[in-house]
Amino acid sequence: MTQQQTAGGDVRLTGISKTYGSFTAVHPLDLTVPQGTFFALLGASGCGKTTTLRMIAGLEDATTGTVSLGGSDITDLPPYRRPVNTVFQSYALFPHLDVTENIAFGLRRRGVKSVKKQVGEMLDLVQLGDFARRRPHQLSGGQQQRVAVARALINHPQVLLLDEPLGALDLKLRRQMQLELKRIQTEVGITFIHVTHDQEEAMTMADTVAVMNGGRVEQLGAPADLYENPQTTFVANFLGTSNLIEAEVVSADTDVTVSAGGGTLRLPAGRCSAPTARGGRLLLGVRPEKLSLTRADEAGTIAAGRNRVTGRIVDSSFIGVSTQYVVESPAGKALQCYEQNVEHRTGLTPGAEVVLHWNPAHTFGLDAAQDIAAGVESVEDPA
Amino acid sequence: MPVLRLLRRNAVVIAGLLTLAYMILPNIVVMVFSFNKPNGRFNYAWQRFSLDAWKDPCGVADLCGSLSLSLRIAVWATLGATVLGTMIAFALVRYRFRARGAVNSLIFLPMAMPEVVMAASLLTLFLNMGAQLGFWTVLIAHIMFCLSFVVTAVKARVMSMDPRLEEAARDLYAGPVQTFLRVTLPIAAPGIAAGALLAFALSFDDFIITNFNAGSTVTFPMFVWGSAQRGTPVQINVIGTAMFAIAVAVVLVGQLVAHRRKNTGK
Repeated sequence: MTQQQTAGGDVRLTGISKTYGSFTAVHPLDLTVPQGTFFALLGASGCGKTTTLRMIAGLEDATTGTVSLGGSDITDLPPYRRPVNTVFQSYALFPHLDVTENIAFGLRRRGVKSVKKQVGEMLDLVQLGDFARRRPHQLSGGQQQRVAVARALINHPQVLLLDEPLGALDLKLRRQMQLELKRIQTEVGITFIHVTHDQEEAMTMADTVAVMNGGRVEQLGAPADLYENPQTTFVANFLGTSNLIEAEVVSADTDVTVSAGGGTLRLPAGRCSAPTARGGRLLLGVRPEKLSLTRADEAGTIAAGRNRVTGRIVDSSFIGVSTQYVVESPAGKALQCYEQNVEHRTGLTPGAEVVLHWNPAHTFGLDAAQDIAAGVESVEDPA
Repeated sequence: MPVLRLLRRNAVVIAGLLTLAYMILPNIVVMVFSFNKPNGRFNYAWQRFSLDAWKDPCGVADLCGSLSLSLRIAVWATLGATVLGTMIAFALVRYRFRARGAVNSLIFLPMAMPEVVMAASLLTLFLNMGAQLGFWTVLIAHIMFCLSFVVTAVKARVMSMDPRLEEAARDLYAGPVQTFLRVTLPIAAPGIAAGALLAFALSFDDFIITNFNAGSTVTFPMFVWGSAQRGTPVQINVIGTAMFAIAVAVVLVGQLVAHRRKNTGK
């Protein structure tokens, strides 16, 4: 058979959109996925990520726009003519065929006669050699998932699409399969486009993450970049947790100085994605793990030059590696702070007066015109 | 007292066995009396054991002719009703079209209509159309009343099918025809088989509608009914027993295959 592995190319979506009647699932969208990368589409259910994936697979017709692969337009090709394969949510293994025949399905449809060797190699890759003659219902969730991956990969697609492939697995198995998928991707070097609502999953596995919301891509970048420099409140809240503080600009230079809750705070101008005109409104953001907590009576020990917010602990929960505190302050009603449990700390109980402080460089600034709670507590169900 | 306690402990088992006996008893009578050698024309009283009827099942005039006619009608009716019913079931589950809800309910009408009324009305219809009563009118009638049952059986199966399986097939280079033959049909097969078996049994068995619309042709149930006026040949029991044995054998083989698949994985 012909190896298509090397003839790959970038996936390019140009102005692609999908509307159902009056509902727009995906707004016109441009996206380029470079060859050989692990790309994640991340978002809550109903954000259009699965629809986007299905348009790449050909299972959904695009309302407008084009899909191209390695320079050739595949928009009008039916799914069975596209060099693209999908790992479906809930796997969609053929219940009437055993593992071998499930994996061989694509090869047989393309008229490949001797499938034994390739199926054997795939079974080794996903470590299911002993299960070749089982039927899907005789396998565990994790094993079914691996069959689904093997069934797609054996065709050497130019792009492998994964639609919430780990959604049905329990947490521990999910972690294990994340590593395994990452290993397989590195091994075969095929472009993976992975749809998920689990931000941790997207960040652990993908080279590039596109965060989608309401049928649009909110922000695209490397996981660390997205986490450290969110451009919108949705990304700030959906990817991990952020403390967002409403503030007013006092002065702007290389550092922006703002007033919030009766105090002054600073942040680097370079990390501010909103205009910083004097007197303008700004949302100041900082991640909970960047914050330190000091009892108010020990405030003198805090190094100079740090941002400070005074407040009172309203809740604390011990979760092993860290303790999570909720602090009420004039700057924000429920600021979150995660402290590593390195030393035993005394006096940090609910009701205690404390000072939250952090390095101003860890602060980012967002446009205050947005919904401050966008992306908070997104419902965790697979779309 | 111990007897009472034993009864109480096994009440469920005893009730089950009694119900089973209630269901099986008539079948056993059919079988036993196929080995009878009656004194006279009626096979209603046990005389003595004999294999005469088994050795010569076609020994009664017209019996095997009517049997083969019934089998032919049943095979064609099964085929017709299964093909049409499967297509209707897929249409009802898979497609959204105008009056789909109405069609869904109309499918059940033939089941709800009293059979004897349906039979008389069909005759009226055939006579008004000037149709020649016989094999074809019986076949048309049988396909008609078998359809509802096939649709019901297949629909249940298709509804439980994951449409993603067909998407997966298309994703894996199967065109529309291949997808249908390799994925849709094999997965829907148990429902289709159930519908077909039901259709066969209903058609082979049917007396009322057939009797009204057969004209001068005589099917096996009509033959039994007709001969019961003048005497009941033992061969009727032989045919009945044979059909019963074949049905039981088919079910047993089916279960054996399913059981082995489940245990060995193939």
